[in-house]
Amino acid sequence: MARKPVKKPEVETTGHSWDGIEEYNNPLPRWWLWTTYLTIIWGIGYAIAYPAIPLPGGATPGLLGYSSRGEVAADIAAVEAQNAPLTARINELELAAISTDDLVGGEADGFAYNGGRAVFQTFCAQCHGAGANGAKGYPSLIDDDWLWGGSIEDIYTTVNHGIRYETDLDTRTSQMPAFGEFLNKEEISGLVQYVGSLSGINGAVETEDGKNLFLDNCAACHADDGTGDRFVGAPNLTDAIWLYGSDEETLTETVTYARFGVMPAWSGRLSESQIRQAAVYIHSLGGGE
Amino acid sequence: MQHIIKAVVLGAIVLAAAFATNFARDLSYQVSAIIIILWAGILFIREIGKIGNAPAPAETGYMDGVVRAGVIATVAWGITGFSVGAWIAFQLAFPSMNLSELTNGYLNFGRLRPLHTSAVIFAFGGNALIATSFYVVQRTSAARLFGGNLAWFVFWGYQLFIVLAAFSYVLGASQSREYAEPEWYIDIWLTIVWVAYLIVFAGTIYKRKEPHIYVANWFYLAFIITIAMLHIVNNLAVPVSIFGSKSVSLFSGVQDAMTQWWYGHNAVGFFLTAGFLGMMYYFVPKQADRPVFSYKLSIVHFWALIFLYIWAGPHHLHYTALPDWAQTLGMVMSIILWMPSWGGMINGLMTLSGAWDKLRTDPVLRIMVVSIAFYGMSTFEGPMMAIKAVNSLSHYTDWTIGHVHSGALGWNGMITFGALYFLTPKLWGRERLYSLKLVNYHFWLATIGIVLYASSMWVSGIMEGLMWREVDAQGFLVNSFADTVVAKFALLVTRGTGGLFYLTGALIMAYNLRMTMIGAGAATPKQATTAVPAE
Repeated sequence: MARKPVKKPEVETTGHSWDGIEEYNNPLPRWWLWTTYLTIIWGIGYAIAYPAIPLPGGATPGLLGYSSRGEVAADIAAVEAQNAPLTARINELELAAISTDDLVGGEADGFAYNGGRAVFQTFCAQCHGAGANGAKGYPSLIDDDWLWGGSIEDIYTTVNHGIRYETDLDTRTSQMPAFGEFLNKEEISGLVQYVGSLSGINGAVETEDGKNLFLDNCAACHADDGTGDRFVGAPNLTDAIWLYGSDEETLTETVTYARFGVMPAWSGRLSESQIRQAAVYIHSLGGGE
Repeated sequence: MQHIIKAVVLGAIVLAAAFATNFARDLSYQVSAIIIILWAGILFIREIGKIGNAPAPAETGYMDGVVRAGVIATVAWGITGFSVGAWIAFQLAFPSMNLSELTNGYLNFGRLRPLHTSAVIFAFGGNALIATSFYVVQRTSAARLFGGNLAWFVFWGYQLFIVLAAFSYVLGASQSREYAEPEWYIDIWLTIVWVAYLIVFAGTIYKRKEPHIYVANWFYLAFIITIAMLHIVNNLAVPVSIFGSKSVSLFSGVQDAMTQWWYGHNAVGFFLTAGFLGMMYYFVPKQADRPVFSYKLSIVHFWALIFLYIWAGPHHLHYTALPDWAQTLGMVMSIILWMPSWGGMINGLMTLSGAWDKLRTDPVLRIMVVSIAFYGMSTFEGPMMAIKAVNSLSHYTDWTIGHVHSGALGWNGMITFGALYFLTPKLWGRERLYSLKLVNYHFWLATIGIVLYASSMWVSGIMEGLMWREVDAQGFLVNSFADTVVAKFALLVTRGTGGLFYLTGALIMAYNLRMTMIGAGAATPKQATTAVPAE
């Protein structure tokens, strides 16, 4: 290809041409070269100051003696030292007395409440929602309907030991039978109708057979009137709050296959004061008893 | 005789794949085997038809058919990859777009995300690199591609790799190694194709008629060799069964993570940087019709880049179980890498000195210049994000996504568009492109798209980082993760919109190139000339 004449450059080209492409013999730009040198010098300095060179007996520690694990540990220790009197106070108080305590009580700016909120946002929100309003299978914590009790002691026990969490020997536990194994479809359908009629949903019709089935099979845990039993975590069936749903299909599924909701025990992962703080926070959300 | 041997080999592959289909232990493996039956079966029938034909006379001149095929594949995969990208961007803003109920989870973000990254990096970028390297190495070596039809094997073999990988992601087979998701049998196939690629490329350089190897070819060669090494080491794994997809990595724990990010970062360094610099070193001086700014700079920055990049992987693992000394080295090397990276930018931009006025009239050159500008910006941003203090804020946030895309959309995408606009009229023998006005539209749509994308991700990433680390006076975290997701919503929508701009520009390019290929409008056929290597 014929090349257009260009202004005569100050520097020569290298004299080669590849498919019409030539290269000038320009020197390296000064600023480029000096910046390169500066980054190299800085790099050497940094490698002397920080752990850098792997050697048989371990890496060079660096003049500053820095380690990222050490840095985190120091940060955590500083915060813990600052909060130590408050944490100790939380651990020595009666649970019910924490939220009104002069030192750690109070909402919004209280040490117990804020710590509980942080614990909740980090560990509990995944299932119960950032607003604690729950999801299918995960109870809402902002209403006054409690499966295992809503006093601060109950909440504390639940957080500490979990629910149906096998590795914790003190976990809260109970098991609903899968009635599909004992009852036929017709009976289950009658039972579902009766359960629905307890809270007057879906135009459910109460039948004598359904009621008898309920008294024979369900009342032992859910009580004769269907109001449930907190001792075994049996939900109240007479209100409008449903953990898995109240439509006929879901209720049939629940009765046929049963439910077995699990919550982890937090005693191994959170400290005593963190669990107490979480209990204070959850208790304050609206439904605490 | 040659056809008979080929037919026998292909027939054996069909039989083996049929066997594998029958014994397959999972759906992904089975679908892969069926694809291989189809692929080898079609070739088998073609070879059978050729038996008895007199051997075709050896062709002379440049081998451009495979480059033409590569140009078409680049455009097609590009549009596929950009479309999936725009879709998954909106999936993040509107989770109902996962269509989980409708598609049984097969089109969830988790499956489509590797489809997007592989489609743009390996299908779009890879085809662009293979096609342009075949074009450039012939021109700058004044030699026909080495190895005859081996180049066609590379092209079709690479497409097969892409199709196998794409199906396996959607069907749920993945090594869970970022940018190295394909399972073991796909990896083995890619290794074969890649070695063939190296033979074609290095063979062509070996039989060159020019005394020296042009700088673009250094970069292409570094890219091909290093990718082979990275691919093999990072994919060392033991298959659970030869009839199943699943394999177990040879490494474990932090060694596994380090191997993966040694690979991952150098996929960026050698695939997306060195390879595309090869592209830049040919097409920018060609389009500007100016000599390269500095030979000295090209040689110094080439070796510095090659030496330093390979160390920088640990910056992906700051503040993890990786030992501190490795983090230090990764950070230091990343920062020293800054200037060697910028050497390419200086050489690209300064090549235009004395020809800046061409930017007013030549939208193709403008696309190339913007790509170099984005290259410079990303290669500054990268070392900055490798600094541990910055990384502690930016890591795991959208900032990283923004950084990758200002590099991928801005640098890799734009330089590829420039090369495609340069190549299409030449390869199809047209006077010029069908429409420069459409190139201009493409330029603006793509540029606006990148700006929307990058700026929304910067804001989103920094906000996320600040919200994650926000603690109150007593040391308690203030925000839950879900709070940060809610806060990002508008920015996620902006990002998706940027992606739509970019996709629209690419569709306009596809139309423009198609019209150029068929010789419509201003793109009239040139006087017939035969391409003969310059002696």
